[in-house]
Amino acid sequence: MSMSETTKPSENLNIVIVGHVDHGKSTLLGRLYADTGSLPDGKLEKVQAICKQQGKEFEYAFLFDAFLEEQEQGITIDTARTFFMWKGRQYIIIDAPGHKEFLKNMISGAARAEAALLLIDALEGVKEQSKKHGYLLSLLGVRQFAVVVNKMDLVGYRQDVFDGIEKEYREFLGQFKAVPSQFIPVSAKLGDNIANRSGQMSWYSGPTVLETLGAFKKEAARSEQPLRLPVQDVYKFDARRIITGRITAGRLKVGDHLVFSPSNKRANIMTVEAFNIEPQPTGGQAGQSIGVTLDEQIFVERGEIASHQEHLPQVSTAFRANLFWLGKRPLEKGRKYLLRVATKEVDCEVASIHRIIDTMDLAQQQGSNTISKNQVAELTLRTKAPVAFDLSASFEATGRFVLVDEYDIAGGGIITELVHDDQEFLREEARRRDFAWVKGEVTVEDRAQQYGHRAAVVLITGGRHTGKSFLARKLEGRLVADGRHAYLLDGENLRRGLDADLSEEERGQTTEMARRYGEVARLLTDTGLIVVSTTNPFGLAYREASQTIRTLVHPAPVIAVHMSKSEEEPPPNTDVVLSGPTDFDAATARILDELKRRGVLAQAIGAKPIFQYSI
Amino acid sequence: MKHLRQLEDQSVYILREAYKHFDNLAMLWSMGKDSTVLLWLARKAFFGHVPFPLLHVDTSYKIPAMIEYRDRLAREWRLNLVVGQNKEALAAGMNHTMGRVVCCTALKTNGLKQLLENKGYTGVILGVRADEEGTRAKERYFSPRDKHGDWDFRDQPPELWDQYKTTFPPGTHIRIHPLLDWTEINIWEYIKLENIPFIDLYLDKGDGTRYRSLGCAPCTSPIKSTAKTVDDIIEELRHTTVAERSGRAQDEGRGMELLRKDGYM
Repeated sequence: MSMSETTKPSENLNIVIVGHVDHGKSTLLGRLYADTGSLPDGKLEKVQAICKQQGKEFEYAFLFDAFLEEQEQGITIDTARTFFMWKGRQYIIIDAPGHKEFLKNMISGAARAEAALLLIDALEGVKEQSKKHGYLLSLLGVRQFAVVVNKMDLVGYRQDVFDGIEKEYREFLGQFKAVPSQFIPVSAKLGDNIANRSGQMSWYSGPTVLETLGAFKKEAARSEQPLRLPVQDVYKFDARRIITGRITAGRLKVGDHLVFSPSNKRANIMTVEAFNIEPQPTGGQAGQSIGVTLDEQIFVERGEIASHQEHLPQVSTAFRANLFWLGKRPLEKGRKYLLRVATKEVDCEVASIHRIIDTMDLAQQQGSNTISKNQVAELTLRTKAPVAFDLSASFEATGRFVLVDEYDIAGGGIITELVHDDQEFLREEARRRDFAWVKGEVTVEDRAQQYGHRAAVVLITGGRHTGKSFLARKLEGRLVADGRHAYLLDGENLRRGLDADLSEEERGQTTEMARRYGEVARLLTDTGLIVVSTTNPFGLAYREASQTIRTLVHPAPVIAVHMSKSEEEPPPNTDVVLSGPTDFDAATARILDELKRRGVLAQAIGAKPIFQYSI
Repeated sequence: MKHLRQLEDQSVYILREAYKHFDNLAMLWSMGKDSTVLLWLARKAFFGHVPFPLLHVDTSYKIPAMIEYRDRLAREWRLNLVVGQNKEALAAGMNHTMGRVVCCTALKTNGLKQLLENKGYTGVILGVRADEEGTRAKERYFSPRDKHGDWDFRDQPPELWDQYKTTFPPGTHIRIHPLLDWTEINIWEYIKLENIPFIDLYLDKGDGTRYRSLGCAPCTSPIKSTAKTVDDIIEELRHTTVAERSGRAQDEGRGMELLRKDGYM
């Protein structure tokens, strides 16, 4: 008769089993299933028969190590998801491999978990992967876990062995403030303290493994936190324009005023959309994948984070983080990687590697320029464009990230600190100005519809006498001839008017001049124009000036064009590089292509074309 | 019910990630209970629309009622249905008596590969579940396949939190598995909760048998069961310890590991 309690499930809980290779994770899992009657009929007998046929001793581990190679080598290669029901809860148990070669698989398993069991072999004691896995659980955000001391039968069920391991491992965990809920002495092979209480260890009065699972709590209600809704996509399948995403924290309701970061766009929630739900929902909370429509047709993109105005996420181009690296080639300082934070994807590079952490003894090694496979490190990342994020201590989902190297996710980590960049004050100015911006009745979308294109800034940088002004004039002429609304913003016109109050000295410095220029460009983009500009007024300080202008006109797209007579390093984020003698017609065509590619010369919103049914 | 909404939220998130990242995306639909739930979840994710084609790899040996059901839903839900078939193998007389793995490889695996290649799909959404059988338990939500459609299970990419593998070298493709965390019971609970239309082959119509898993007629046999409603099925599954795919011949021996390595669904 099955012991398994088959009452209706009220919730799911994801559990991961981790620990050093051969410490008995798969055996524990097999035993748990067998002793709770959760195995399908004949499964046990079938595996036993295969073992007999192959002339090897039956092991519970074989029940879940599905691949032939896993059974032959007696190790788990990849995580398996298994399911079992106990006391109204459906557990998804992930058996993670313990061999260090398969660390990426262990991490994939643990990243999905809400709680963990960490196994330590009583005979072998605390080993390398016991420590690494303990440390990684903490890094991955798995805060609920119990330590299972296995193979107690091999040490004669002695309490002093158990106590010794508990003391040693607690000290290790204490260094990074991880606290397990339990230490449980078991023999997975013989079934002691798995589902049934052991008759061999009267000195232990704590819970069994099964009871410990039952005591794990469903993760704390993130819905009580401030709202975080990373935008996943924007759909326009029919008359509705729906902003979708998964709420990672907090809650929202119809009528709420949302702020999207880093663009600072704002609008109110008009409806919450859903399919086959009656009556239509009026709100949502953490964990839900939802869709909302807004009262104003603002242009927001995947990667922005919606929040309420009182609790905005951080915005910067740099942050400090703890990272684990899984890539086949080492992580290198100065190399480009794709950063993914929630739904945002942006190019980044490693600005500095502060230290590499040895997970055996938590010793720190400084001065390295690379991070090798399976190493853990503290570093600072710098992104190509401003990103919205949170510190992982406050928000889990928006406080962690992965790095993509070429085609693969090669590392992940948690954000520990915001790093202030030199654009911070300007960004704050832009945010305050945008929040207080007084709008007329005509929306950005109305203008885009009327004009047949969106606003943008074409910013031409370069040294003296490289043809910037000539190209700017030509481009303005071409755009207007094509029926676009474009305007050449020349710095000279500001110098004698808007900047007339500045002293000779101030006019010689870039900071205030660039700020004023940026604010004027911002006003012009709000009118829906394509602003064509050069950094002529700033002379050789064009790098600093173009950064200031970018920050102030954000989120209008900036198409950066760099001109030079010889080969030289263009400013960061340059889109079009023109070096050597310039063919101005070809250069104009390239800029037009770039405007098209960036979606400026199209009025439709959303990255994908509207879907058409084929029937 | 709460646990079903949790599963639904996760699957919807995965479907939306797939739609965002793959320009040439398709979903496999076998008309069975799992891929029909998957289809329903797509309608959830895209607010009543299904913005990509549905592929059916037709072995020609399917139970006729399944084809009728397919065409009916395709009309009612305005689906873009694409049917593929390994005509060469069928013309050469391929059938299950030539060996089950041989037949499955020719008509399903190769039929699928031909369809993917002809249409150039780079993302394919499938309704496989981890609790169905051992190798599926080890799948990722986003699982890469090489140029030959093969699965390198020894070296699967990391999958961290809600970040999935969405970039891949030319010539390869990604299999997307939004239902990995669902169990057989969850599927039926959800069919009930959402009132999703399903084929009545899953119900006992008086002879004391029903299908628990649907495949080709010659290789799928009904089980003994008196479940006449979805509630009956759920009740039955809560107490059974018989494997779901016990009526599927291809699972015998190491059949599924061999098939799946070569790109079987």
